Amino acid sequence: MTTTTERQLYDVVVIGAGGAGLRAAIEARLAGKRTAIISKSLFGKAHTVMAEGGAAAAMGNVNSRDNWMVHFRDTMRGGKFLNNFRMAELHAKEAPERIWELETYGALFDRTKDGKISQRNFGGHEYPRLAHVGDRTGLELIRTLQQKIVSLQQEDFAETGSYDSRIRVFQETTITELLLDGDRIAGAFGYYRDSGDFVVFEAPAVVLATGGVGRSYKVTSNSWEYTGDGHALALRSGATLINMEFLQFHPTGMVWPPSVKGILVTESVRGDGGVLRNSEGKRFMFDYVPDVFRKQYAETEEEADRWYTDPDNNRRPPELLPRDEVARAINSEVKAGRGSPAGGVFLDVSTRLPAEQIIKRLPSMHHQFKELADVDITKEPMEVGPTCHYVMGGVEVDPDSGAAFGSVQGLFAAGEVSGGMHGSNRLGGNSLSDLLVFGKRAGEHAAAYVETLAKRPTPSRVDLAAATEVALAPLVRGEGENPYRLQQDLQAVMGDLVGIIRREGELSDALKRLHELRVRVANVAVGGDRRYNPGWHLALDLRNMLIVSECTAKAALEREESRGGHTREDFPKMSAEWRRINLVCSLDEAGEVHLERKPVPTLRPELLDLFERSELAKYMTDEELGAE
Amino acid sequence: MKRHFRVWRGDSSGGDLEDFDVEVNDGEVVLDIIHRLQATEAPDLACRWNCKAGKCGSCSMEINGMPRLGCMTRMSTFTAAETITITPLRTFPVIRDLVTDVSFNYEKARETPAFAPPAGVAPGQYRMQQIDVERSQEFRKCIECYLCQNTCHVVRDHEENKEAFSGPRFFIRAAELDMHPLDDRTDRKQHAQQSQGLGFCNITKCCTEVCPEHIKITDNAIIPMKERVVDRRYDPLVRLGRKIFRRDQLESEGALPSQRTARVTAETPSGRRLPEAPAVGPDGRLDISELAAPSQGGLSPFGEDLTFPLPPEQVTYHHPEPDPTLPQSEPPATGGSNS
Repeated sequence: MTTTTERQLYDVVVIGAGGAGLRAAIEARLAGKRTAIISKSLFGKAHTVMAEGGAAAAMGNVNSRDNWMVHFRDTMRGGKFLNNFRMAELHAKEAPERIWELETYGALFDRTKDGKISQRNFGGHEYPRLAHVGDRTGLELIRTLQQKIVSLQQEDFAETGSYDSRIRVFQETTITELLLDGDRIAGAFGYYRDSGDFVVFEAPAVVLATGGVGRSYKVTSNSWEYTGDGHALALRSGATLINMEFLQFHPTGMVWPPSVKGILVTESVRGDGGVLRNSEGKRFMFDYVPDVFRKQYAETEEEADRWYTDPDNNRRPPELLPRDEVARAINSEVKAGRGSPAGGVFLDVSTRLPAEQIIKRLPSMHHQFKELADVDITKEPMEVGPTCHYVMGGVEVDPDSGAAFGSVQGLFAAGEVSGGMHGSNRLGGNSLSDLLVFGKRAGEHAAAYVETLAKRPTPSRVDLAAATEVALAPLVRGEGENPYRLQQDLQAVMGDLVGIIRREGELSDALKRLHELRVRVANVAVGGDRRYNPGWHLALDLRNMLIVSECTAKAALEREESRGGHTREDFPKMSAEWRRINLVCSLDEAGEVHLERKPVPTLRPELLDLFERSELAKYMTDEELGAE
Repeated sequence: MKRHFRVWRGDSSGGDLEDFDVEVNDGEVVLDIIHRLQATEAPDLACRWNCKAGKCGSCSMEINGMPRLGCMTRMSTFTAAETITITPLRTFPVIRDLVTDVSFNYEKARETPAFAPPAGVAPGQYRMQQIDVERSQEFRKCIECYLCQNTCHVVRDHEENKEAFSGPRFFIRAAELDMHPLDDRTDRKQHAQQSQGLGFCNITKCCTEVCPEHIKITDNAIIPMKERVVDRRYDPLVRLGRKIFRRDQLESEGALPSQRTARVTAETPSGRRLPEAPAVGPDGRLDISELAAPSQGGLSPFGEDLTFPLPPEQVTYHHPEPDPTLPQSEPPATGGSNS
């Protein structure tokens, strides 16, 4: 076992190799910066591959009435107007370019009859808008970006004789700490998973693209990597997190068999005709259309069914309501005792479409159910229920550059780890376009920031020694708590007490338990050595999961209303006053989570004018509307 | 119910199978069992995994000797009394336990020339028909689990072949780009033959068999790439031409094969397969692959599901006209090697 630490010098270090990270790295490299990509897994295995539906971009290929303004409107509605409007605006405007760009990297999207990129319907989007490849769009995106990076490496090889001269992928490498020089980012400290050796990346700019926090929940569609590393790294380096109470529970995750509990069933099953039924066979979604959506959704099964073939003259089926509405409806049905045997509801596409149509439109869904559960979705309904899927909250960033707020400089964030873009709820398909738009921006601005520095910040030796000690502690300790046990306990607290439906008493209880867990996590111990030791890896991840869970619980307790991905049983209404407030978490000197309220930025008048006043009245206070 | 497992544990210096009796519940997969082992008896048991849904291709391992994804292997496929043996991928060097060093694949990926965007087509102006992108889309389903690379006998127990052989994963990558409607390079097949070691493959279809995405690696990628490369490089007529003409004559008159190929291409109805020469090796002889074939004798270059003679209206090729510049002698032996 060696305690020497390898040194790597880069201009921009991108932590995370999902869509946002890879897109940021491409941009930083194109800006001429020496770029490192750090990936917890193998290159190309990112959680982005799980995204099935598509990438939302108002290209107008299927319905020419679509444009960025309609997309912006849909995004704001989906986020219940809590979105950072500037991010939503940039996203809607730039998404088409980012998608078209992928074609020049070699992506092969499904096509329309006239040879353009095909676009499909999705919950919350007014027009067919999601560029897709069957139901494996995320995989296409990752592979395309991965292959673009390889092609850049090939260019560098031709020029310099080394593939790694300008952009290098450090796979199976985990960052445990960011290093600072005063308030400036100076680098990142971590370990190689295979050898357990430590490595320090010295770099003036770091882009966080680490994804979400789902592994803190019992039922989740997220992979083991989603431990909130970027959120925690940001907090510890002086950045802030906003709106961590907003977590998206995907309404339809697999509930059976138990081994794949949490894996999600794409929304396009519903877009293509799938309906939700309870144990009595009732198509219950008609009972759960909220007033704000009443005008856009069908009231009878007949009208809803006509929509699939004639969307211009009929209103959409309520199965296509925004996903939090669907999740809440399913939760209510199950709690009322009308759930399926495994505690979900039935999602049925088998009686709605001919088998060959289902296989054509949902090939990997069909394949997944057949292989994993031996269920044939062309013959029988699926059993589905809410699963923790996405965190809307995240690192508070400048909308244009992705630079983190707070005291730290040189830190950028993009993709799921950043907050604000999606407000209180994300529309399906907006995450793939989000990570392209803001991945590019973060990479570009990280590179530009490096240009402005007169000299490279240097990490302090003391910080390095401290980081080494923290990382080795679970191995050195010998006797102590089992990390797997601790993770289970954390998942139980979050799943049971800070889950989809929340109450004040439970949230206070959760905070108490998280404090107890913190003491136990400080005493975690693992056996074995440093070479590819998953117990050790988990022990180090737990620290991050815990601090981020605390932010979520604190913010959830503070926000006394129900909005998007945050439902309080004791405050079931959406409040116009609360719409004006962002909840911002930071860490104080002692390492305690500190929560404060900040105003939501005010929409520019020309953006406000995109909405009808009557619609705004559902979200905004009289004062705001009067101020116009 | 407790079931018996044997899991290989060790590192590059060696290791052994360890015995475990583990509780197995209804509806579980092999990866669940590994997670249970980690959470209980073996916290440091090394194993890769990510999505646990057969979409990322991380948890590749050998289960009872078969290359499989741990997350896609249901426990219900084994009998109750069966011992389940789990070992790391054999073709790649072990790092620890079930984790292997798969960097071979990343090196080969770098050596495969990237997509070449068409000159003069702006982003947003790409136009392709669904039917034309579907062939490449099949190969883009690949989740890079590397089970095909692992099972391929060219490298499985032949470390010495690794340098010259890219493996099925990168043959489908070459085929994908070859079939991409807008890719600007025209030398994908030549590259596959000359630099990727396509010639090593003797079509035993093991890769296709283990592919969790059910990509028809052999039929849809390797065979078309092989056959057309054969057209150009190992066409018996060209060989003869090379013997008859001096090199300078060949160069001054332009390469014979490309003239032929071009003529055929121009007359071939689009979307139909080109006439295909038999899959002969560099020595002009057929590979002996009948051991793996359903019938005796050399495999039909037209596939095994055709009955001859074909009805004339179904024939998709034109008979080449006799070339007056060639002497009317017997063509060199091609199909006789097995007789």
